[in-house]
Amino acid sequence: MSNYFKYFLKKFGWYMLTFVIAIALNFALPRLIDGNPVDTIMARISKGMTDSNSIKNMYDNFLREFRLDLPIWQQFLYYFTGVFRGDLGTSFGQYPREVTDIIRNALPWTIALQLPAIITGWLLGNILGAFAAYKKGVFDKVIFPMALFISSIPFFIFSILLLYGFAIVAEIFPTSGSYAYGMDIEFSIPFILSAIRHHTLPFLSIVLVMIGGQGIGMREMSIYELNADYVKYSKLMGIRESKIIKYVFRNAMLPQITGLVLSLGTVIAGGLITEIVFSYQGLGTVMFEAIRGRDYPLISGCTLIVTVTILISSFLLDIIYGFIDPRIKAAQTEDN
Amino acid sequence: MIKTLKSSRKFMIGFIILGIILSFTLLYPILDGGDPFEMDGMRFQPPNAEYKLGTDNFGRDVLLELSHAARTSLYVGALSGVIAIIIGLIVGLFAGYVGGLLDEILTFITNMFTIIPPFIILILISMSIDSRGAWLTAMVIGFTSWPWTARAVRAQATSLRNRDHIYIAKISGFSVAKIILLEILPYVASYVVMAFIIQLASGILQESAISMLGLGPTSGVSLGMMLNWSIMAEAPRIGAWWTFIPAAGIVGLVTFSLYLMNIGMDEIFNPKLRS
Repeated sequence: MSNYFKYFLKKFGWYMLTFVIAIALNFALPRLIDGNPVDTIMARISKGMTDSNSIKNMYDNFLREFRLDLPIWQQFLYYFTGVFRGDLGTSFGQYPREVTDIIRNALPWTIALQLPAIITGWLLGNILGAFAAYKKGVFDKVIFPMALFISSIPFFIFSILLLYGFAIVAEIFPTSGSYAYGMDIEFSIPFILSAIRHHTLPFLSIVLVMIGGQGIGMREMSIYELNADYVKYSKLMGIRESKIIKYVFRNAMLPQITGLVLSLGTVIAGGLITEIVFSYQGLGTVMFEAIRGRDYPLISGCTLIVTVTILISSFLLDIIYGFIDPRIKAAQTEDN
Repeated sequence: MIKTLKSSRKFMIGFIILGIILSFTLLYPILDGGDPFEMDGMRFQPPNAEYKLGTDNFGRDVLLELSHAARTSLYVGALSGVIAIIIGLIVGLFAGYVGGLLDEILTFITNMFTIIPPFIILILISMSIDSRGAWLTAMVIGFTSWPWTARAVRAQATSLRNRDHIYIAKISGFSVAKIILLEILPYVASYVVMAFIIQLASGILQESAISMLGLGPTSGVSLGMMLNWSIMAEAPRIGAWWTFIPAAGIVGLVTFSLYLMNIGMDEIFNPKLRS
């Protein structure tokens, strides 16, 4: 059995276990604290209702909807398999729309915002960080403090500042929405242009903060690697500088992938709040509206999808990491 | 030690910014003496002589609200930071020093709660509790944000485990708790202070994030709640910048000053980084 395969199996097992526990938390936390979710919901909905018969009917309906008439382990099984069946219940706020239907409409917007932003921010940050460490001088002295300032500001605070500067004061970009009001979602040039214009500010607020954070990390790692013995030795051996830089970059980049895995949750959560600032119609805004309307099935559907997405992306990143890291291919299969 | 800290420019700049914000939150409410929730102005008045930072969508004095809000946010940050540090220390020290099976279990739990985003758990708990005070939000943030500290403390404790003075303590028959408390904790103390600063910053961030979603404290006012109200009232579209720029600015300034302090301390305690 190859080392990489062993690494893969170990990671796979670990993530499967985490996956089950994550879904269990999504299932259990609201139930543990609240007792019976139906009671809470009914207490809110039935305020002011006098007809006891219709209250009773609604109660029974909800009881069936949540499968509360079943024993707890069957409820959990139903909830768990619901993730795979694509059944997350019915929304209260937008009754009788299915939660999965609402999420299916919002998710592409969130992915279109976050995926390119995270990749661009990570790549640019690493390139700039390595460059700053290698070139030093003015570049390092100017860029580094700026990166430090930007990266210490959270995305959503940064998006508020961008919103103010570029949408309110300068009026270059729209203040809210994902495309111009009254437009139909279609594959046409005016629509795409409008979507890009609405996409720019939220995209920038994620990218810039990512560049700052990643750049600082990469700069530190590169400085550490540049001072390592193997670099000095390679220089003495007369190995071409471009080749040495390649080694340095690869070694410095590996921890950056782990860093991305560890910070993915924070990054995605920050991105969701950024959506709220711009009323961008992704998952973040759906969650915001759901919380406003106390739409419990929709909130827990959103948290579940976000958790699953983060788990899958972290798993993929770990798999790529194992593929790039020569040490895993060579000998060690230890946890990183 | 205070002398060394004073010599670090980064630490001092951060410290001064934080000090200014802290004294604003402590002194301005006394100076003004008003009730931050009194709706005595008109809706969305721009800054003027009476209301230095205008009024919000409820016609309340933004500057006065801001001083109370920043105080709540700092309080939430500090309380959640203390909780996170205590849990992180206990988990990290035991995992790192005791090792073996205990280490594997604790590391598994720590890793799991870094991959399952704390923010999601924060939402799940907050949405289930109907009336939330600032302290409750702080507790929940503290209970979800310890893994970072635990990871770092564990790494430190592991490297200390095989030092001579630990062996001597072991031979002398010290208990595990005593060794951790007397022989390991002092070595990680400077690190703990730095980790606390980061936890404080992240606590303030988490509070503003969860409050912006609408799941923050249900009473009082915090910086995140001000941002939440402002966005719900569509202040950005109206152009009422004074209802969200100052609150966002304070969150940004506080976190920036805390990070500066952290870097300054890192350079002092970590001679490798000194330039």
